[in-house]
Amino acid sequence: MSEAILDICSVSKRFGDNLANDDISLSLGKGEIVALLGENGAGKTTLMSILFGHYVPDSGKVLVEGRELPPGKPRAAIRAGIGMVHQHFSLAPNLTVLENVMAGTERLWHFRSGTGAARRKLRGICQRFGLTVEPDARVGDLSVGEQQRVEILKALYNDAHILVLDEPTAVLTNLEAERLFSTLKDMAREGLSLIFISHKLDEVMAAADRTVVLRGGRKVAERLARETNKAELAELMVGRKVARPVREPSTPGEVVLDVADVSVSIDGVERLKSIDFSLRAGEILGIIGVSGNGQTTLAHLLSGTVRRDKGELLLFGEPIGDLTVDDAVRAGIGRIPEDRNKEGAIGEMAIWENAVLERLPRFSRYGLVDRPSGQAFAGQIIEAFDVRGGRPTTRTRLLSGGNMQKLILGRNLIDRPRILLAGQPTRGLDEGAVAAVHERLLEARRAGTAVLLISEDLEEVMALADRIQAIVNGRLSPPIAAEGASATKLGLMMAGEWNEEHEVSHAI
Amino acid sequence: MNAVIDIFASAGLWAAVLRIATPLILGTLGALLCERSGVLNLGIEGIMTFGAMIGWLTVYNGADLWTGILVAGLSGGIFGLLHAGLTVTLGLSQHVSGLGVTLFASSFSYYVFRLLVPVAGTPPTIEPFQPIDVPVLSSLPFLGPALFTQTPPTYAAILLALALGYVLFRTPLGLAIRMTGENPHAAEAQGINPMAVRYGSVVVGSALMGIGGAFLTLSAFNSFFPTMVQGRGWICIALVVFASWRPGRALVGALLFALFDGFQLRLQTRLSGVVPYQIFLMIPYLLSIAALALMARRARVPQALMQPYRRGER
Repeated sequence: MSEAILDICSVSKRFGDNLANDDISLSLGKGEIVALLGENGAGKTTLMSILFGHYVPDSGKVLVEGRELPPGKPRAAIRAGIGMVHQHFSLAPNLTVLENVMAGTERLWHFRSGTGAARRKLRGICQRFGLTVEPDARVGDLSVGEQQRVEILKALYNDAHILVLDEPTAVLTNLEAERLFSTLKDMAREGLSLIFISHKLDEVMAAADRTVVLRGGRKVAERLARETNKAELAELMVGRKVARPVREPSTPGEVVLDVADVSVSIDGVERLKSIDFSLRAGEILGIIGVSGNGQTTLAHLLSGTVRRDKGELLLFGEPIGDLTVDDAVRAGIGRIPEDRNKEGAIGEMAIWENAVLERLPRFSRYGLVDRPSGQAFAGQIIEAFDVRGGRPTTRTRLLSGGNMQKLILGRNLIDRPRILLAGQPTRGLDEGAVAAVHERLLEARRAGTAVLLISEDLEEVMALADRIQAIVNGRLSPPIAAEGASATKLGLMMAGEWNEEHEVSHAI
Repeated sequence: MNAVIDIFASAGLWAAVLRIATPLILGTLGALLCERSGVLNLGIEGIMTFGAMIGWLTVYNGADLWTGILVAGLSGGIFGLLHAGLTVTLGLSQHVSGLGVTLFASSFSYYVFRLLVPVAGTPPTIEPFQPIDVPVLSSLPFLGPALFTQTPPTYAAILLALALGYVLFRTPLGLAIRMTGENPHAAEAQGINPMAVRYGSVVVGSALMGIGGAFLTLSAFNSFFPTMVQGRGWICIALVVFASWRPGRALVGALLFALFDGFQLRLQTRLSGVVPYQIFLMIPYLLSIAALALMARRARVPQALMQPYRRGER
């Protein structure tokens, strides 16, 4: 290994009862890309926040090129050449790219900003690293991938030579992620040193020279990319062998939901175009497609939050006209919304309040909310669905993504719904949580629940679904049996290439 | 119809417009500066009242007019410090704190006034700012008497609007203020101290509000009475939105409102007896609501406005 440019020495940090970092050491060489791999809550972000001076460590120190950084001073970290690209972008959407990059870089009391020189410097950096962004564009008008480039540019503009990226692909499409990693490799070749935080094995294997694995606040392993493989890293990260469960053969029951020739327009745009599908008890129907092709509208339609323009909805064989949210709750349609923070749970409310909201009548006495039984109910969910990191009275916002998802799953599954709508149920979750969610979905299927799984993860749909339909630009392909599905065939379907003849809908 | 044309053709109207606009310009710039850093300051109504009172009282007790302005600015800054302490350090609701400051400052003004100035049939007066004729320009026909025979604070207010525009959009400090109002976390990550920026903006902004109030007693009138601000502070809050948080447009907005006001005052005297005068009093407010509805749709609100900033919390 070339000479270390960054050394993190025996850093520990405790939050209350939680030892977030326990004696972690890490070094980074010039031109090297190191992946910091770990599940949510393993302490990755804490470690990087200490490196960047957002937190003061309880013990340990950070050395940049042999010199110790003063703890808790972001400015000193910036000056030492450390740049941080946060998972949640720290950008001002109403300001231009150049303004976002320049802010804070000049002497505050100077009576004129050096805009011209700054624009030239920014253009130069853009060119050197192949990061194309228009300096005078308003940041709020840029795509997510471009906004991330602005974040990287901010760090480079401050002459960062050590770049830390916190889960950089969490918000990117696959294509944007590939582009990002090729940029990162270019940057390493130009002499920058990079650390990226991730819980995705594929990208760690693809991009990192070396991988450091954290688990439960400790460093458990360190591997060179060429000496390891996905299976080993997965095991190190989770601490045991993880295998995503796969569905076992079964015979589906009667049709519980029939959607015939339904179209939905929102704000004058037709989001769903004459879609047809039927869902049977005890099966998982996978709806696969690239995000933004009408999945959200489909989920909203079946949750009762948007109205159909034409077509028929049959619930348990009965035409029901317009489905309302009340209808959905009463009919036992469980819903896992794709955006769990916006639609799945109310972050500022307690776990138990989120658990009982849609079944308030059951938890009311004399017109008042029955807190003890509501909290007991939440306790049951926490117990049965292994929700970690909170008691019934904890604010829901404080749960990690995986645990919040388990809470939402539990809230829906504990009453054995007849239909379960799962919208992107594992988006952004780590490997352990993904396996847990999959296991729950299969359990529901075994119990006779009809599951509609909307996902853009090919592996997930192929492992879980009995039948698969693709959604492209608001249109739904005819179903194919999972047995006949291959990645190639599904890829073609997601691109809109399918035969209009119904292949298996009659065969089942 | 002729009456309307007559009104607009008189230089007196336009001179009045600038005079009426001055406290609005100052108050709007103050509120705008606070909001650009992310703090809504509803204390404005009370701060203007206190500024009007303390400025007048200073001069009444023998100080010169500019000292009165200075004292009004300082007292505004102190109320700003109070508001910043509550909303920035303690992270309390900006609405509630601002309304509290307004109620407190208004009542406190009246209390101090009554304490120091005995009740009298006619309120005591001071010698206010006198109009200055700008050399050469004031002798132009129509334009001279319309625009160039104002009191010094009016000229200062207009220059201040241009200066604030320059600071906000052309200097590193202005970028730091705007960044803090849009996303204090991003500002912090760039090494800017959002707390300090907010404190500074609220204190300076509140000082401008105090000076805006003092204009009423030191230039527009010559005595103080407790209800004299008459909702001007709230108009300023609306003008900030109308101006889409830009000082240049704030200037235009304040002048527009003053034009409505000056116009209705003259219409009142022409049509007195025909229509109840209260109808005319409504006109500027109705027109402002209409203008606000038209302009505010395209307004870009500072994204972190009214969001308390706590370090290390997303």
